[in-house]
Amino acid sequence: MTEIGLGHYLTLGAVIFTIGIVGIFLNRKNIIVILMSIELILLAVNINLVSFSIYLNDLSGQVFTLFILTVAAAEAAIGLAIIVVYYRNSGTIRVEEIDKLKG
Amino acid sequence: MIAHAIFFYVFSLIAIVSAIMVTVSKNTVHSVFFLILDFISISCLFIMVGAEFLGMIMLIVYVGAVAVLFLFVVMMLNVAQQTNQWLLSEVSSGHIPIGLIISTLIFFELIIVIGGWKYKPDIFISNNSTISSEISNTHSLGQVLYTDYIHIFQISGMILLIAMIGAIVLTFRQREGVKKQSYIKQISRERSEGVEVIEVPSNKGVKIDD
Repeated sequence: MTEIGLGHYLTLGAVIFTIGIVGIFLNRKNIIVILMSIELILLAVNINLVSFSIYLNDLSGQVFTLFILTVAAAEAAIGLAIIVVYYRNSGTIRVEEIDKLKG
Repeated sequence: MIAHAIFFYVFSLIAIVSAIMVTVSKNTVHSVFFLILDFISISCLFIMVGAEFLGMIMLIVYVGAVAVLFLFVVMMLNVAQQTNQWLLSEVSSGHIPIGLIISTLIFFELIIVIGGWKYKPDIFISNNSTISSEISNTHSLGQVLYTDYIHIFQISGMILLIAMIGAIVLTFRQREGVKKQSYIKQISRERSEGVEVIEVPSNKGVKIDD
């Protein structure tokens, strides 16, 4: 219990990943919260990579965490820009009302 | 070792609780605040485990840039439309049980993978980027980042540039009725379109603006 190993960090990553998945599945109202859930999922991936990197004594995991950080920042910027443009065009950002492509 | 355990449990508990609060809280601004708390506690874990550079970068990039960007957008858009009520929604909440079941399945699959995971101890010895204890974490990251991973590093810079251009292009909008100075129009103006000689009839006058 007091010996914190790789399994503890991986379990923490799994828990946060699952919370992100739950946030995407069960959210029908708010698209910004869905973007935040995607950020949570990327955070869980970062936890996994860093803990493997530390416990396997290999620096590659931390380097790739850096790149994932870059991609996550770019993704958040583009996603929020798309949300702003959509709100300006249609006046709503509720998930259940975004059905223009339904035909 | 006991201090490590205590800090791990405290930070991970805060991280998990705030991650839950991100998804379930009704106010979106509160969700952003809990997201910031989540990032801060995870970066504390990173610093504790020995990846100081990543922890600091995570604080700067996520808390300083991404979360503030989220907060900006949340406050810019209509807050009344963003109430988040998926647990107590009266319309179409039939997807909640199946979503919970699938999420639980995903979680147990991940746990099974972690529990049964074994690696060959000699498979990671022959890499060239081991963590050495003589130099600091930032130093060793810089040594591999600018040599072995230089192409990926530059490509990630391109990704950031493209994201910046894309965000500007997406949200840029030409407003109607705003007077602007166009110097190309000013320079390329000819005499023939600026001055006109008009034959003025006597006692009639001339209309200038038409």
